[in-house]
Amino acid sequence: MWGIVSRTAVNRGFSVSKSQFRCLVQGARNFSSKEMTVRDALNSALDEEMSADPKVFIMGEEVGEYQGAYKITKGLLDKYGPERVIDTPITEAGFTGIAVGAAYHSLKPVVEFMTFNFSMQAIDHIINSAAKSNYMSAGQISVPIVFRGPNGAAAGVGAQHSQCYAAWFGACPGLKVLAPYSSEDARGLLKAAIRDPDPVVFLENELLYGESFPVSAEALDSSFCLPIGKAKIEREGKDVTIVTFSKMVGFALKAAEILEKEGISAEIINLRSIRPLDRATINSSVRKTNRLVTVEEGFPQHGVGAEICASVVEESFEYLDAPVERIAGADVCMPYAANLERLAVPQIEDIVRAAKRICFRSTSMAATG
Amino acid sequence: MAVCLKTSRTALHYVRTRPGPAFTHLLNRTFFSCSSHHCNPRIISTNEYRVHSSFLGLGSRASQHSKALKVEDHDHSENEEWDFPGGKVPFTTKIKFTDDSSKDRIPCYRILDNCGQQIRSSTSEMISKELAVKLYSSMVTLQMLDTIFNEAQRQGRISFYLTSNGEEAINIASAAALSNDDVILPQYREHGVLLWRGFSLQEFANQLFGNRSDYGKGRQMPIHYGSNKLNYITVSSPLATQIPQAVGVAYSLKMEKRDACAVTYFGDGSSSEGDFHAGLNLAAVLEAPVIFFCRNNGWAISTPVTDQFRSDGIAAKGQAYGIPSIRVDGNDVLAVYDAVREAREMAIKEQRPVLIEALTYRVGHHSTSDDSTKYRAIEEIEQWKTARNPISRYRNWVESNGWWNEEQESELRGSIRKQLMNAIQVAEQIEKPLLADLFTDVYHEMPSNLQEQERSLTETMKKHPQDFPSGFAV
Repeated sequence: MWGIVSRTAVNRGFSVSKSQFRCLVQGARNFSSKEMTVRDALNSALDEEMSADPKVFIMGEEVGEYQGAYKITKGLLDKYGPERVIDTPITEAGFTGIAVGAAYHSLKPVVEFMTFNFSMQAIDHIINSAAKSNYMSAGQISVPIVFRGPNGAAAGVGAQHSQCYAAWFGACPGLKVLAPYSSEDARGLLKAAIRDPDPVVFLENELLYGESFPVSAEALDSSFCLPIGKAKIEREGKDVTIVTFSKMVGFALKAAEILEKEGISAEIINLRSIRPLDRATINSSVRKTNRLVTVEEGFPQHGVGAEICASVVEESFEYLDAPVERIAGADVCMPYAANLERLAVPQIEDIVRAAKRICFRSTSMAATG
Repeated sequence: MAVCLKTSRTALHYVRTRPGPAFTHLLNRTFFSCSSHHCNPRIISTNEYRVHSSFLGLGSRASQHSKALKVEDHDHSENEEWDFPGGKVPFTTKIKFTDDSSKDRIPCYRILDNCGQQIRSSTSEMISKELAVKLYSSMVTLQMLDTIFNEAQRQGRISFYLTSNGEEAINIASAAALSNDDVILPQYREHGVLLWRGFSLQEFANQLFGNRSDYGKGRQMPIHYGSNKLNYITVSSPLATQIPQAVGVAYSLKMEKRDACAVTYFGDGSSSEGDFHAGLNLAAVLEAPVIFFCRNNGWAISTPVTDQFRSDGIAAKGQAYGIPSIRVDGNDVLAVYDAVREAREMAIKEQRPVLIEALTYRVGHHSTSDDSTKYRAIEEIEQWKTARNPISRYRNWVESNGWWNEEQESELRGSIRKQLMNAIQVAEQIEKPLLADLFTDVYHEMPSNLQEQERSLTETMKKHPQDFPSGFAV
């Protein structure tokens, strides 16, 4: 799986804050032949941050002895010991609460949810405590915590293991919400998340864990981190803007290759950050292409695509040559049977058809073309 | 030997009528009960075993059967133990369920009797006159600030209030037994702890009025006090969330090897929340230096404890999680002080959690949004307000030591009243927070979208002042 090597994402003409400046990507001048799986990228990011800061510790079910339910925390228990890699009893509410309390008292917990579906059992601690405490205490209580784990659909795991929580968490002030795609995203964003003084929800994807991506020399450096709140243009184009995140970035890139053959040049934006949302990058792209397609695996109503559409309609209405198209998961709980599951999530062909529809529009809005 | 013969005859009879596992069980019993009363499981070779079964004349079928089984599988003596995951556990052959609760309730620790006389000479060191008087005057201050702030809400000057009436001993005595380094995670009825630590009457009033001097910048409704300086984490409304969070704070203190513990307060009602169970369980597993202090005041708004749980209160639950626990008379200043002092030492020296259940009574309504006379008898409230009042009970003890008198009482009350009225007047006059405080502290650094919203709002307010209430400083 060859991803597109990153270009300099930073110099796009918007102001950068102090903390973001610390995380500037200098640009991949070298095309490194080194490849890394997302799993290894996450593992190395955790390792480096734990090594750099003794206050960082990991907590969750099976993160220690078992090396992590998905092996993301492999080797860390041996290296840092049971005080910094804690295998918890089965209580999301319990260990999330503990992590929040530890963060109140200036430790830096990284909480692993076996999947974000289980974060529902701890949602009060995440929203009412972690997200809101800095505001409610008027800055007296900081919560430098990271909640991470697989999010969204996997394969054949059914409704209670497949929901995408990007839209839910993305709605909450006080949280930062990140969704990496490639290994470089995974490394840079996780490091940024751990170093950030605010609570961060870090949405990984189980099916991406095993995928390999090339990583630049800069990305391999232990000081590497990516700015939070900046999207990345994975592929430049001029006919239609396709905005997406996580696993769908891969699908969109494949769709772009198919579309190229049919004479449509698609610009693919990898959000990387759900909250804050990089409205500037999205809007400036739409002002160039005049057409927008959003893609997500999650439920359509009140989804991430809805917010992007609203933002573009508010800020770049005159630039749109066609109504915005949203591609999302089916408005049903995820079924288990493989054929049904395939129909419930967006496929590459859906993205291709939507891009064609939006480029060669007639009058019909029905998504049958 | 006679015993053996008798049993073997029985064994023979049993074998003829009931072949199978029971046979081997009985065979075992026959063979081993002869050797000692306290059998230790030991492995014997199958050869040995076969010899003995043929001795009993049971034939080759028996010996074939017995060959397959190892000795220790058959040892059923009541003194045997097995190494199940989690440790050795003794067996029993009597089928018996434990009772739903112990026959006797966990006793309640007290030092002062109903009238404030010392029941026995305490084995703990007695408190000094200075401390005794400070405890008393703080309790009086707490009672007065509750009364006057409650009145202010009734007059419409603040929107909401809740009192700690009846729980002054719990508040003040527990706070006095802790050090300022101990981190407090309160529920919401422990402002006396904050008072003890040095939060001023003016600071309380500022938070209640949500004015510009409020440390919370007007972000929270009344009684949601917090002070970093005094190690008192800001009150959070959802119940019991502070319990596992306190364990996290304790874990952090443990990692720092500090001479301090975390202390969390919660009511009887909160002990029903999932967080209570998760928090206690995890504290025991992590060996966290935390004191769980339950104020069992009998009521969770209108829900009496009989509708809240069926256990022997909260103290009985501690052992279920592996936590040492004590029940204490929450209206006895000296007992609460003593229990918290001991608990603190245990928590820090032994690096472990401790559970304290303080029995008391919520004299006031749940809050200003509640009228408790609707669901409980006025006589009951009156009794706890007068005859069982913790302040007058303790006053008796202080006065009996010659450390307090009526003159000091009126002087104190007069002075506190004046200070409170002044604090309210001042707080009422201070302006409300700036518009800028709407957008700060969502994150450590204000993101661009919030900067834009702030700009946009400021412009709109300038352009359309008639749409906005007056007195809004930008």
